[in-house]
Amino acid sequence: MRFGVVVFPGSNCDDDCYYVVRDVVGEEVDFIWHKERRVEGFDCLILPGGFSYGDYLRTGAIARFSPVMKAIGSFARRGGLVIGICNGFQILLESNLLPGAMMKNRSLRFICKFANIRVENNLTPFTSLCQIGQVLKIPIAHIDGRYYADHEIMRGLKENNQIIFRYCSEDGELSQESNPNGSKDFIAGISNRSGNVLGLMPHPERASESILSSEDGRVVFESVVSTVKRSPRRSLRNDCPPSEEIC
Amino acid sequence: MTQRAKRRRDERTHDTERLFRAKVYVSLKKGLADPQGSTIKEALESLGYGNLTRVRFGKYIELGLRAKGRGAAEEKLKEMCGKLLVNPVIEKYSYHIEEGRVR
Repeated sequence: MRFGVVVFPGSNCDDDCYYVVRDVVGEEVDFIWHKERRVEGFDCLILPGGFSYGDYLRTGAIARFSPVMKAIGSFARRGGLVIGICNGFQILLESNLLPGAMMKNRSLRFICKFANIRVENNLTPFTSLCQIGQVLKIPIAHIDGRYYADHEIMRGLKENNQIIFRYCSEDGELSQESNPNGSKDFIAGISNRSGNVLGLMPHPERASESILSSEDGRVVFESVVSTVKRSPRRSLRNDCPPSEEIC
Repeated sequence: MTQRAKRRRDERTHDTERLFRAKVYVSLKKGLADPQGSTIKEALESLGYGNLTRVRFGKYIELGLRAKGRGAAEEKLKEMCGKLLVNPVIEKYSYHIEEGRVR
């Protein structure tokens, strides 16, 4: 299968994602420059972490208007798999491909440390190899990671089982101490309603080899590979032209 | 088109348009936790300003734009706020618009 890693000006985890997919997971991967108007021949797109457009105005607010985002919007609406990691998650929120918004961390500090996250839903292409309640140790690195959604959005997320990861303690308990940034309802990762778009603040690509003291993140990439290989029809290898609909 | 013709064309289009300056104030919606505002309030209190009831932190954006009239300028401004300047999930905005150049 083939992954695409989207590169915005200011992305800085693009190489890490590329490396993990190619050298650790052993699948095909290509970079996609943000000026591209078409995305062709990919099974899964990754929007990597970083500081696209310097995080000016709001995180992800300007990247959302990059030419490639129209094609990504149409890829996603047709069921294509999309993962937004950290800044990639923020871009997906600004693009309305995922609901809610990101705010400054409760502490107002940039937090760079390992976090524990609990798998809340394993019926997604991104968590299919996980157990419900499984705790993954994956680092976070952000200052705008406090997920916020109003009452109505929260109800939708819960009703449709769209909360995929929650910050927790090592034992999987939810407590304010284990919520590093003050996210609403401990949210670390959510999906869209149809489950083919995932956004998460922790960086699975930074925890995919034992030398990095955790390999827990690899399961996200491996779940995608397993899903696509099990049901190749999911694959959207055909061309996704830019869509005029709002993303 | 020669430089002169270009200038004449530009002048013609500008004749029908006027200059406006707009000030956009973006702030967090009511009820949303604002750690920056709380930190500023605490800092002010530590300087002895005990009479503060509330501090909210926001953004200020200044724009200069050309439009046929105030109504058209306002319409454009609202469009810009909706598309890019403001995230309606967490933010609200107000604006002030007047004729003239941005100084």
